[in-house]
Amino acid sequence: MPKELIRLVDCCMAFDGEVVLNNINLYINDSKFLTLLGPSGCGKTTTLRIIGGFVKPTSGSVLFDGVRINDVPPHKRQVNTVFQRYALFPHLDVYDNIAFGLRIAKLPEKEIASRVGEMLRLVGMTGFEERRIDSLSGGQMQRIAIARALVNRPKVLLLDEPLGALDLRLRKDMQNELKRIQQQLGITFIYVTHDQEEALTMSDTVVVMDKGVIQQIGTPEEIYNEPKNAFVADFIGESNILDGIMIDDRVVEIFGRRFPCVDTGFEKREPVDVVIRPEDIDIVPSENGQLSGTVTSVTFKGVHYDIIVDFRGFKWLIQTTDCHPVGAAVGMRFNPEDIHIMKRSEYSGMFGDYSSYSAEYDEIGDAEAAEGEEETAYEE
Amino acid sequence: MRNRLLSGPYLVWMALFTLIPLVIVLYYALTDSATGSFTLSNLAALHNYFPIFLRSVWLAVVSSMICLLLGYPVAWRIAQARPSRQRFLYMLVMLPMCISFLLRTLAWVSLLEDTGIINNLIRALGLRPLPLIRNSGAVVLGMVYNYLPYMIMPLYTVIMKIDRRLVEAAQDLGCDGRRVFLKVTLPLSVPGIVSGITMVFVPAVSTFYISQKLGGPGTALIGDVIESQFKAAYNPNLGAAMSLFLMVLVLACIAVMNKFTGEDERVATV
Repeated sequence: MPKELIRLVDCCMAFDGEVVLNNINLYINDSKFLTLLGPSGCGKTTTLRIIGGFVKPTSGSVLFDGVRINDVPPHKRQVNTVFQRYALFPHLDVYDNIAFGLRIAKLPEKEIASRVGEMLRLVGMTGFEERRIDSLSGGQMQRIAIARALVNRPKVLLLDEPLGALDLRLRKDMQNELKRIQQQLGITFIYVTHDQEEALTMSDTVVVMDKGVIQQIGTPEEIYNEPKNAFVADFIGESNILDGIMIDDRVVEIFGRRFPCVDTGFEKREPVDVVIRPEDIDIVPSENGQLSGTVTSVTFKGVHYDIIVDFRGFKWLIQTTDCHPVGAAVGMRFNPEDIHIMKRSEYSGMFGDYSSYSAEYDEIGDAEAAEGEEETAYEE
Repeated sequence: MRNRLLSGPYLVWMALFTLIPLVIVLYYALTDSATGSFTLSNLAALHNYFPIFLRSVWLAVVSSMICLLLGYPVAWRIAQARPSRQRFLYMLVMLPMCISFLLRTLAWVSLLEDTGIINNLIRALGLRPLPLIRNSGAVVLGMVYNYLPYMIMPLYTVIMKIDRRLVEAAQDLGCDGRRVFLKVTLPLSVPGIVSGITMVFVPAVSTFYISQKLGGPGTALIGDVIESQFKAAYNPNLGAAMSLFLMVLVLACIAVMNKFTGEDERVATV
């Protein structure tokens, strides 16, 4: 039975009357890797800062080991943070940066030396003790920031978009590294990111947030395979989101046609959102397809092609390893278990087909995410 | 090439009004006032004025320290305020500088003199008037009052630039407010402290007006003596020698300051 470590109860946060967090309820078990995932401005960093103690929620409680800690200042919490852009002390060298927390705790220098050495080994930075912070690369600063936080042996490590400033390759390496460190030390990680792939790769639990509200909590598989609403389906991976009507248990009507599916528990004739992932659609000769349409665009992505198929004005995104030329008539097939039914939500209709798809889609998304670094709210 | 041309006017200015006067000062300092021939006697005569040099440096150091102690909390407080408020507070600090330096010092005279506003008030209360003027204390007061903005300006600029996340990182690592200040804010504001002290010390060590108006007969500063060599004693050669020595003294002080803070200054520009 996993032990609960942190719980947020009805946490609300407002800055100058603007609601940033709305009734956040969340618990975090000991030794787990939990990720707060969402677009910039969704409230994920604010949630992290509440746990770190840098801001107090406007209302609601923060519990640590069952004790309310709303009024405990950051320096008295058993929590350490890896900050966005590292926040290493420029006036201290690598060794003194890592030793900072231990010196504040007045540990004997001998123990400090051994623990700093141990941390440098853990993050693979042995030999950098004397180096100045401004002589380190981004990836090295990242490791030092992690070592500086972990050397205090916190019960919980908070990580605020720690890999945001690194290039893709380094980011992948650090993802594995972080996961390894978390498992090796067996402490709780709370990780904030806008990168859905990062979240799926590393987490035990993913919390998807938008507009200050938790949209879904689940394992990476649950979040990907069973998104709760159109926002989650769109934010995590690629999705074709269609309007549908639930005819009966296991039967859904899309474009006036009935399809077998595996979902139950909806009202009869309830309007629903239907998600079909692009990789779950098979392309077949058009006469064999459940639906058929015309290819309007093909983009080579390396592992697969992104193919846009127009079916009566709805642009489907299909990922396939076979190339189909633009203008070809193709048929589409999907299995009942590939059709995922969601309740209607405020997000219904906001994300639909891929009519605005362009080859630069991913790059634009990334650039936005990098620039739109979440506004950090400081306590006045 | 273009950039070099752009700095042309300034170079001409420097040559005309800094370099040439320096050469003239050097020439006067090394020549005899009567014969105009080369001599070291002006420099040799400086040792008579050693106590005055010492007093000037001492009062300038005291003033710089008081400015630092008064100015740091002010600069810190302004840097913590909301941006719109920061501009207003900063303007308040700068406001006295809009009034003539001479007027401000004269205002202190009428406040402090034996028949001045403060002593008149004290007398009205039936107490004995205080010796507020014509002593070193009044001179230091005048220096602190006049040069405090020069301390606050660089301190404010440096403190404002300290990354807020570093403060949070220190809190996160177990620092309470006092230790955040001692371990992070203070070390990172060293460049501001150095330039603040320099900007107060240099004008304070060479001032003459403040000591003339607020100081007494025994508190003449080196600036006063230099002035009198040119205007009263008609010995510009000795005055030039004094100026030269003062300049060397100031440069030496700045060099020492930069020496033991050079390391940090480099850090703070990250």
